[in-house]
Amino acid sequence: MNSLKKILLGEQGLLVIFAGAFVVVSIFVPNFLTERNMLGLLQSVVTIGIVSCTMMFCLASRDFDLSVGSTVAFSGMIAVMVSNASGSIPFGLLAALLCGGAVGLVNGVVIAKLRINALITTLATMQIVRGFALIASDGRAVGINDPSFYQLALSRIFTIPTPIWIMILLFIVFGFILNRTVFGKNTLAIGGNPEASRLAGVNVDRMRIWIFTLQGMVCAVAGILLASRITSGQPNAATGLELSVISACVLGGVSLAGGRAAMTGVIVGVLIMGIAENVMNLLNIQAFYQYVVRGFILLIAVLLDNLRSSAAGRGRA
Amino acid sequence: MAFLEFRNISKGYPGVQALSGISFSVEKGAVHGLMGENGAGKSTLIRILSGDQSADTGSILIDDGEQNYRSVRDAFHAGVIVIHQELQLVPELSVAENLWLGRFPGKAGVIDGRTLVETVRTKLEEIGIDIDPTAKVSSLSLGTRQMVEIAKAVMLEARVIALDEPTSSLSSRESEILFSLIERLKAKGTVILYVSHRLDEIFRLCDSLTVLRDGKLAAHHPKIAGTTREQIIAEMVGREISNIWGWRERPLGDMRLEVKNLSGPKLRNPVSFSVRRGEILGFFGLIGAGRSEMARLLYGADHRHQGSVSIDGVAVSANNPKAAITAGMVLCPEDRKFDGIIQGRSIEENIAISSRRHFSPFGILNPKKEASVAEQFIARLRVRTPSRRQDVINLSGGNQQKVILGRWLSEQGIKVLVIDEPTRGIDVGAKSEIYEILYGLAADGLAIIVILSELPEVMGISDRIMVMCQGRIAAEVARTDFDERRILAAALPDRNAAGTI
Repeated sequence: MNSLKKILLGEQGLLVIFAGAFVVVSIFVPNFLTERNMLGLLQSVVTIGIVSCTMMFCLASRDFDLSVGSTVAFSGMIAVMVSNASGSIPFGLLAALLCGGAVGLVNGVVIAKLRINALITTLATMQIVRGFALIASDGRAVGINDPSFYQLALSRIFTIPTPIWIMILLFIVFGFILNRTVFGKNTLAIGGNPEASRLAGVNVDRMRIWIFTLQGMVCAVAGILLASRITSGQPNAATGLELSVISACVLGGVSLAGGRAAMTGVIVGVLIMGIAENVMNLLNIQAFYQYVVRGFILLIAVLLDNLRSSAAGRGRA
Repeated sequence: MAFLEFRNISKGYPGVQALSGISFSVEKGAVHGLMGENGAGKSTLIRILSGDQSADTGSILIDDGEQNYRSVRDAFHAGVIVIHQELQLVPELSVAENLWLGRFPGKAGVIDGRTLVETVRTKLEEIGIDIDPTAKVSSLSLGTRQMVEIAKAVMLEARVIALDEPTSSLSSRESEILFSLIERLKAKGTVILYVSHRLDEIFRLCDSLTVLRDGKLAAHHPKIAGTTREQIIAEMVGREISNIWGWRERPLGDMRLEVKNLSGPKLRNPVSFSVRRGEILGFFGLIGAGRSEMARLLYGADHRHQGSVSIDGVAVSANNPKAAITAGMVLCPEDRKFDGIIQGRSIEENIAISSRRHFSPFGILNPKKEASVAEQFIARLRVRTPSRRQDVINLSGGNQQKVILGRWLSEQGIKVLVIDEPTRGIDVGAKSEIYEILYGLAADGLAIIVILSELPEVMGISDRIMVMCQGRIAAEVARTDFDERRILAAALPDRNAAGTI
């Protein structure tokens, strides 16, 4: 019993749970372990997965970002509208990245410089940006003129769809940033103790602004891929995304109190969210029930986080 | 006869054997001292006694009955109460309410107010504490709050009361009141376990004494009479400390740090001073005299209103700790826990947080170099830890202080070290290690500003002392003129201003 507890609450606990769940689901759910379903599953978590990369940094530095869903929708909308208007897809993508980055920059500046609580700030920008998306499109979906925009999501490299590659690439890049760069270590230090980090020479304000700006740009990447997949800019796309993303991060062992994060954990968290939804679809469980299950997953994630930190808090001499 | 007995207590944590085979006993109605350096295992032993943690092996006997309580609540019922440094009172409730908390007298959830207050009044009179039971705890001084804690223990009919560093935040008058209360409890037959670093208190209060070192029993004195301070210090550190200050003459070089008319929101009156290469400048004053505020302002941690700071003639820009570091000035802050260490991160990361920029090209880490830097300073500063990967929160105060020092010594081109209360809460052995580190750095040409609150200590290690009082520099004293009375007199606010503090 004790050793089981140790494994489940230890560093690799989540991997163990994940592997166990994967095996069980593979055996008992028909059509789960097929190439087609696996790719579908990965496709379905692309948005959550991409945004989780930077949400991890945000949470690790003791901040919070509720505006990601709106930013994804808004920047997807910008990508489509600017591409249509200018006739140039690269131009549209660039505009989307800039707009996403701008939203993040505003979040970061307000939070770091004006010292307004991140929860409140991003709650506000979440609504403002969603409003922008609705205003820009007059509340309707905006179709894509140039069909090659679809290719962003439809194209495949070595039989695997491009968005999945992009997600994997971002996992690698942000995993590297977290573990192997000064930026990553400073992020964790800020989350561990912001004032001590500042006195140790970390430019805390600048770090926070950068983290939010990156978050905005990464949301734009997710927004572009989402718009391409659903073949239009949808002002109501990605509602509730912030909660799925935060759930995935927390499930992946990122501490809401800051200072603790791991890319592998977040990846597993994202996959667990994806598998839960995928399995419910395969088992023809009504969509309404999926909300309930997602809520429970989040609760369990927070509970695990709590148990883990109290387990880590022990052992002091 | 033995009333409280520890029998062969052992306790291990991952990587550390905190206690091994501790056995000793305390007589009924005795005040028993428990001493040891930080990390010697005192806190662990107290935690086991309080029921907060359980021992791996061994047992606790009270009045010859073996106790196997598993929680603080069980320990309460067994009559054991531990009073920690952080008091466990609810500030917005009254004294009486705090003493009855959790088992209010009354019927059907309606509190019987009269019983509540009167029982407490009787009890307080009985043990001789003069506190109004209806006063809100938040309105009481720290010392009085401590009395309330002890009264709570008496109300719960404690047979054993453990006090962990009870005088660390008390004034000397408050301490006196505490001591007389301890005497009265002793007369009633209560066993008091008294944990303290202060030898004079131990000699004054205790009948018997146990010294722990590295988790083992270093010495047990069933009668404290006949032992000497030197003997106990030697037992604590495992070696003789002949000259605890170890100060020696150093040549002083050119002017290193110059501060002119520095002021800020918490330091209204501008201060000016300068420090030479190789000089240790002590800042002495009462709590609230403005020393830490001065240090933070100097370092750019707080907003500078006016004034200039320059190192080797080059101005240091204001309000930016990073700029201060680049200019060669570093700060070891007063509050290690909140401003110093990064909790949850390893010793290695805590050391490398600033200096890694020198060996991380394009912001990409060099793990090998980082590990070797950490190992180097762990060895040089003798940080006691099983591994550099250990979470810094698990270290004792002295070792955390060394980690923060390591952070700055691993920086390049450090010219000025500002260190605020480097030895607070640190045991004798670690203190002299820290002094030696400071002397070594001064000998290397650093200008050192050290803020200290104990007069013998500041006189022991400084080359010169600045005395601060109510946000002003009240006196400057060279080592040849050090005089306890003169320095203390300068630190005390003058009669006209006395009413304002």
